[in-house]
Amino acid sequence: MGVRNTLSHSAWICWKDLLEFSRSKLRLVMLVLMPLFMMVMVGFIFPSGSTISDTPIALVNNDTGSLGTSFVTQLETINNQTGMMKLSTAQDFNDIKTKLQNSEINGGIIIPENFSSDIASGKQGLITIVIDQSNPQMSLTIQGVLTKTIEAMGQQTAIYNLNNTFHVSITTATSMITPYAVESQGIVPGEPNYFQFVAPGIIAMVVMMALMTGLPHAISYEKDIGTLDGMLAAPINRLSIILGKVMAQTVRGMIQGFIILLLAVALFGVVIQGNILLVIFLILLTVFSFVGLGILITSFTQNEETATMVMMTLMFPMMFLSGVFFPLQQMPWYMQDFAHFLPLTYATTALRKVMVLGADISAVGTEVLILIGFGIALLAIAVPMFKQAMSK
Amino acid sequence: MQQDRTRDTKEIYQFKCPRCGAIGQYSGKPGEQLTVTCASCNIQGRVSIPGTTASFSTNGDAIEISHLKKLFGTFPAVDDVSFTVKKGEIFGLLGPNGAGKSTIIRMLCTLTRPTAGVATVAGYDVVRQAGKARRHIGLVSEKMIMYDELTARENLKLFGNLYNIPKDVLDERIRELLGFVRMEKWTNQRVKTFSTGMKQRINVIRALVNQPEILFLDEPTLGLDPQSTAEIRELTKRINTEHGTTIILTTHIMFEAEALCKRIAIIDHGKIVALDTPANLKKLVAGTEASTFHIEISNLEPKMITSVQSLGSVKSLVQEDPTHLLVRTTGNDAFDDIVDSLRKNGAKIRMVKNLEPSLEDVFLHLTGREARETISENATNSMGPRHGPGRRRPRRIR
Repeated sequence: MGVRNTLSHSAWICWKDLLEFSRSKLRLVMLVLMPLFMMVMVGFIFPSGSTISDTPIALVNNDTGSLGTSFVTQLETINNQTGMMKLSTAQDFNDIKTKLQNSEINGGIIIPENFSSDIASGKQGLITIVIDQSNPQMSLTIQGVLTKTIEAMGQQTAIYNLNNTFHVSITTATSMITPYAVESQGIVPGEPNYFQFVAPGIIAMVVMMALMTGLPHAISYEKDIGTLDGMLAAPINRLSIILGKVMAQTVRGMIQGFIILLLAVALFGVVIQGNILLVIFLILLTVFSFVGLGILITSFTQNEETATMVMMTLMFPMMFLSGVFFPLQQMPWYMQDFAHFLPLTYATTALRKVMVLGADISAVGTEVLILIGFGIALLAIAVPMFKQAMSK
Repeated sequence: MQQDRTRDTKEIYQFKCPRCGAIGQYSGKPGEQLTVTCASCNIQGRVSIPGTTASFSTNGDAIEISHLKKLFGTFPAVDDVSFTVKKGEIFGLLGPNGAGKSTIIRMLCTLTRPTAGVATVAGYDVVRQAGKARRHIGLVSEKMIMYDELTARENLKLFGNLYNIPKDVLDERIRELLGFVRMEKWTNQRVKTFSTGMKQRINVIRALVNQPEILFLDEPTLGLDPQSTAEIRELTKRINTEHGTTIILTTHIMFEAEALCKRIAIIDHGKIVALDTPANLKKLVAGTEASTFHIEISNLEPKMITSVQSLGSVKSLVQEDPTHLLVRTTGNDAFDDIVDSLRKNGAKIRMVKNLEPSLEDVFLHLTGREARETISENATNSMGPRHGPGRRRPRRIR
């Protein structure tokens, strides 16, 4: 009877919260807009190699022979296929420097005067790549792309020479020049994509935020406007109040999580490889692991303002240290160690494994157990604290 | 277990099950208390004989408070307060802002734990049997317990369900309650579209949704316009007479306490300074030399006020409007002194009236100070002074 009553009361409180929520148009709009902004923001501000296109590059051809010109032709042919660069011509190094400083270009290529003659005399033809040091990310990418292009051109020239001069077949010539070939293969179909990486993390994060901000906010708000007294004066278990709020916030968080999932699939080309039911289970588990923390904050914050401040302080490190936006492996070891104390880390990892890599429950067993552990431990601390805080 | 007041024969009584609404019967010797079981839904409740509305019975008191104390830090908000409230009466807690009225109410509603002392509500200890006590009380707090985005019906429904009232009983009760305050038309309107007076009516019936034996009204007319104030006062009386509900009312408005309450406890600095019927309280000052004069002066000037104020026999003076003064005095010579002083300043006295002692005088007599910033009932009543921190804050969008 006790448990049934508690659940029934919390269901009514949840009903009330959701009704209130659904009546506020602004809140409904924000419910959809927030995840959309999140996805667009994080999806587009982090560039990946494949997204580079039409980067302005200046080309200086000082070569007196014909090889320089044929190099440029080859470069243009390749570029026409990839569309990575927008090639323009420049006079010399100083011209490139000026243009870089004026942000007209992102890099430059210089073919020196004695390029043809060096090659003709059996030496290597040296090509200089000019990089922009103020933009390390971009210059690294350009450097990589250009080096690869130029290397490929060199190999092709060598293969052509072998074929022509020594009458070696093209296949044999290729295997002589580049004996090793590399091929990348993912364990699931599709190219790696940043949205794929970030979507599971954002889902976990939004669910976390719904509980960590929504819960203390909802309670302290009712405390402030005085409606909480009405519930406290009613013959209901104190837990019903928090449980009802948890239910309402969970629904809210889940809706947002699903909006992200939908947006990711529909607009950003994310493919869910794993079982969707397992994804839902993991989202619910994320809720469970954060409920305690939400209740804990609620218990020791006396009003709305304090609650908001405490939440913000706790949430930001969680957001950035849990591998939602950046892979954990990129962080220094002490940060990685710290991340292992955050439940969001496990939620993100598990969701990513299932959504991106198509893992099944056994592959995320550790994460599931840890999340359950976090949930139980935090609830064990939070529930008595909440009961005490409510009966002052 | 709510019990019907009507009875078939001298010894057989009826009760109405609060859960399913079924009528059951019981009998016994007068004064006896027994446990009855609802035949249809099998829940138990206590009744006493002979039947009254209350399902509880200790010694006929709705509330018993003994040496109740509440400290906030080291500050005693309520300091060793003891009193009892009889079943069916309207009991007033009267005192200035910060006297400790609301803290007493909060302790009785199980919202705040007493630091020391014992309080029972409907026969249940507010600390040890808080859950049981909560079933029998309704609270109208200073801040309205209502959700603006919900309709009147939805608000009542939510709280009804927190008291486990079965759906059909609750639907009927909501209809009755809305009819009781003549707001049937607004049943499905959102509360945020209501005027403050309408909101307060909903707020009051919300506290009645569980048919409480004891209703707590904490400053129920605060911030209401004069018309709504009158409405709420009338409603308070009707709840008491038609439902037989015991009502504890806190107010800082003397007139309100006098008009509504059968007995009044005057509270100051967390202590009860007097407790009696309004008539008996007034007798406290009748025998003294204190009197109140209502004086009309057609050419009232500030210097006249200053001169009257400086008289030793004058305890307080309030200018009610451009031509009227309300002067409280002590001693037999007061009247002569005032008239002399006014004449000396060239005042044209149109009228002097010696007023009946009011609760205001009682309060002044007992505490040595005014209960409110201004005495004029009409002036303050309309707006109601804001008091306490953060009171009636406007709702914010989350």
